[in-house]
Amino acid sequence: MSDAITETAAAAPVWHVTEEHAHEHGGSGPTILGFWIYLMSDALIFASLFAMFGVVSTSFAGGPQPRDIFDLPLVALNTAFLLASSITFGAAIPHIEQGRVGPTRAWLAITGLLGAAFVGIELYEFAHLFAEGATPQRSAFLSAFYTLVGTHGAHVTVGLIWITVMLVQVGQRGLIPENRRRLMCLSMFWHFLDIIWIGVFTFVYLFGVIR
Amino acid sequence: MTSTSLTKTIFGRLTWESFPIHEPILLGTFIVVAVLGLAIVGLITRYRLWGYLWKEWFTSVDHKKIGIMYIVLGIIMLLRGFSDAIMMRLQQAMAFGANEGYLNAHHYDQIFTAHGTIMIFFVAIPLVVGLVNFVMPLQIGARDVAFPFLNNLSFWLTVAGAVLCMISLFVGEFARTGWLSYAPLAELAYSPDTGVDYYLWSLQIAGVGTTLSAINMVATIIKMRAPGMSMMKMPVFCWTALCSNVLAIAIFPALTAAFFLLLLDRYAGTNFFTNELGGAPMMYWNMVWIWGHPEVYVLVLPAFGIYSEITATFSGKPLFGYSSMVYATVVITILSYLVWLHHFFTMGAGPSVNSFFGIATMVISIPTGAKIFNWLFTMYRGDIRFDLPMQWVVAFMLTFTVGGMTGVLLAIPPADFVLHNSLFLVAHFHNTIIGGVVFGLFAGMVYWFPKAFGFKLDEFWGKVAFWGWVIGYWVAWTPIYIVGLMGTTRRVHHFDDPSIQPYFIVAGIGALIILVGILGFVMSIVMGIVKRKQLADTTGDPWNGRTLEWSTSSPPPAYNFAFTPVIHDLDAWYDMKSRGYERPAGGFRPVHMPRNTGAGVILSALALAMGFGMVWYMWWLAALSFAGLLVVAIAHTFNYNRDYFIPAEEVATIESGRSELLAAGA
Repeated sequence: MSDAITETAAAAPVWHVTEEHAHEHGGSGPTILGFWIYLMSDALIFASLFAMFGVVSTSFAGGPQPRDIFDLPLVALNTAFLLASSITFGAAIPHIEQGRVGPTRAWLAITGLLGAAFVGIELYEFAHLFAEGATPQRSAFLSAFYTLVGTHGAHVTVGLIWITVMLVQVGQRGLIPENRRRLMCLSMFWHFLDIIWIGVFTFVYLFGVIR
Repeated sequence: MTSTSLTKTIFGRLTWESFPIHEPILLGTFIVVAVLGLAIVGLITRYRLWGYLWKEWFTSVDHKKIGIMYIVLGIIMLLRGFSDAIMMRLQQAMAFGANEGYLNAHHYDQIFTAHGTIMIFFVAIPLVVGLVNFVMPLQIGARDVAFPFLNNLSFWLTVAGAVLCMISLFVGEFARTGWLSYAPLAELAYSPDTGVDYYLWSLQIAGVGTTLSAINMVATIIKMRAPGMSMMKMPVFCWTALCSNVLAIAIFPALTAAFFLLLLDRYAGTNFFTNELGGAPMMYWNMVWIWGHPEVYVLVLPAFGIYSEITATFSGKPLFGYSSMVYATVVITILSYLVWLHHFFTMGAGPSVNSFFGIATMVISIPTGAKIFNWLFTMYRGDIRFDLPMQWVVAFMLTFTVGGMTGVLLAIPPADFVLHNSLFLVAHFHNTIIGGVVFGLFAGMVYWFPKAFGFKLDEFWGKVAFWGWVIGYWVAWTPIYIVGLMGTTRRVHHFDDPSIQPYFIVAGIGALIILVGILGFVMSIVMGIVKRKQLADTTGDPWNGRTLEWSTSSPPPAYNFAFTPVIHDLDAWYDMKSRGYERPAGGFRPVHMPRNTGAGVILSALALAMGFGMVWYMWWLAALSFAGLLVVAIAHTFNYNRDYFIPAEEVATIESGRSELLAAGA
């Protein structure tokens, strides 16, 4: 369309678009961009929490150290659940694009179950640590550990609520453009949490135990 | 359950003692606010305006109305923040030697904290966001912002934050920890009362609104420009709005995280910023200033944009050095992120770290200086009209330059070791914020007022406002610079040395002159309304403007543009005027518009209730409102019916009405 403008501009300038674009139908519009920007701002919140953790990661105040409390096999299993959930969400994408409601909902449900397993194991891990006396109040290191991991877990929980809502909405209205757009945003959100978790697993758990 | 524990469950730590009935100043303020509030509520009820306000304003997703509501919020909060300023000036002019002044230290500490917090978060931000909201979509030829509902929600979250902050005046106390509530002073151990909690919750809620609004504005500028408007054909104000909002997105998360961690310290007993168990208080300073320094650029960049628009319009010339202006803006945006540590050189990070941040700070003056020269060269050989907006620009250039130079002084680490926490610093940032941001906001409000309401502000009272502010600023802050350079520290409630009292008396007089300026501005609105027939703008282009917003009627129709404009040149409206543009007279089509919604008001009210519940440890209230937030937010997503069409006939009626108006004017 911009070519058309430049061609006519040479003769008599065109001042208006006479044919309106149906910006509301299909197409992503500004939503995907806006959601990307939101994710970047959320990434900066995590960056701040990582920085905080980095500063106090050895401030044990005589309390437990990573080596004493981290159960790496359990965390590795949890990591596997979350990574697998990203793959299953990926499996839903072609179905979303081709408008197949049934498989879309099935893959979403599987993704949700894996996510729920992740949150469940994380809560189990926290409960276990509490029982050992490694509470967030014990040292700055533990404060930062619970906050960073917990904030990620809270995000996954929000993702689970969102998945549930989308299961209902896709069931009600099918894969209409609005729902497709929402699923695209949800997918970005879910993969984003995966990336954050890789950072958490590496910097908090692995580096913590090596140190 | 005993009755005391039941009361505790219901009211948390709220008791009768929380209401300041023993403080005559607060009681008097409360009575005045209550009487005024009741009068306004009574008048609205009397004239049956609630329905109108709810339907046409509170639930509106129209960017123009939201922009105006932001500005109303900013002006109301300016009156509150300024009364704090007057009280401080009065106290400091009195409290020497045996005289303890009229405020006790406890109350004085709350006042300077509230002053700073309110002026930045609830005056400067709403005014800037309001102007960007109103003007930017018009300048890029859009019909609304990218996410109209989000815009409404952002506004109401800001209001919820402001209301929570205001509640602290009459229920409990506000923080006594300074406007950034540094740890460890702001920790529970040293500030056990509600003050810091009010501060944190109010700013967290408002901060969510600001972040969402910034995302919205960036998406709008990137995605919704009219065809033909490439980035380098975009008005400078939109460029500065873009950079300012990108910066806001980059910095607010750091503030949110810092406040979140401090909240955890206060509510969950963690040890992030405490003095015990490995806490790192200076980390709070770092995070808060990673937000805090760029924040002043978030505010001043749009002001620079306003000056650019006004200088070009009133000099009758295109802006000198448009692309250098754009690059300077981008460079300032990036540099502003790399200077935060200059706020605490005295932390002792060492000479190499301090030198880096000192030099980075000084470097900012280069692009800023380039801008000043660009404005000067725009004026050079221009056909300058000294209308009020242009007067504000000139006052800005003279005032702000001094503030910039004292900033470079403070950027030198050894000098900062002496001047840190002194009144010299306080004078410096008031110099830049008043001279840079506030003057710009007034210039912008005077400039775009006729666009928003269809008539100009009253000229005489506008001049009173102008001279009151400019003279008042210099009288109020020159003495503070002097005593600051001599070593007087900030946030002091009482002085022993009587030799510096005259400076504070002069500063107090300056504050009174600024008061004249503020009242003058209010009067210029009142007299503008009274004389609106005389001051009416029927052309839509009262200043002979150059950018697209002046091609619409004043006030613009809900849909802004009946047809989306096609842009060929920078200064699009000037291009249209000079190449014989004619308004389309027919062929109108239905216009697709977003529908109003009350969800933003409801969500923000719930956020306010949650904040209040958390401040007072009313856990049931906090939990219920949080659950309510989730339910309403989810329920809102089940509403798919979010838009409607303005029928072509209605567009035709509105447009022909404007044609008649234009014909009558010509």
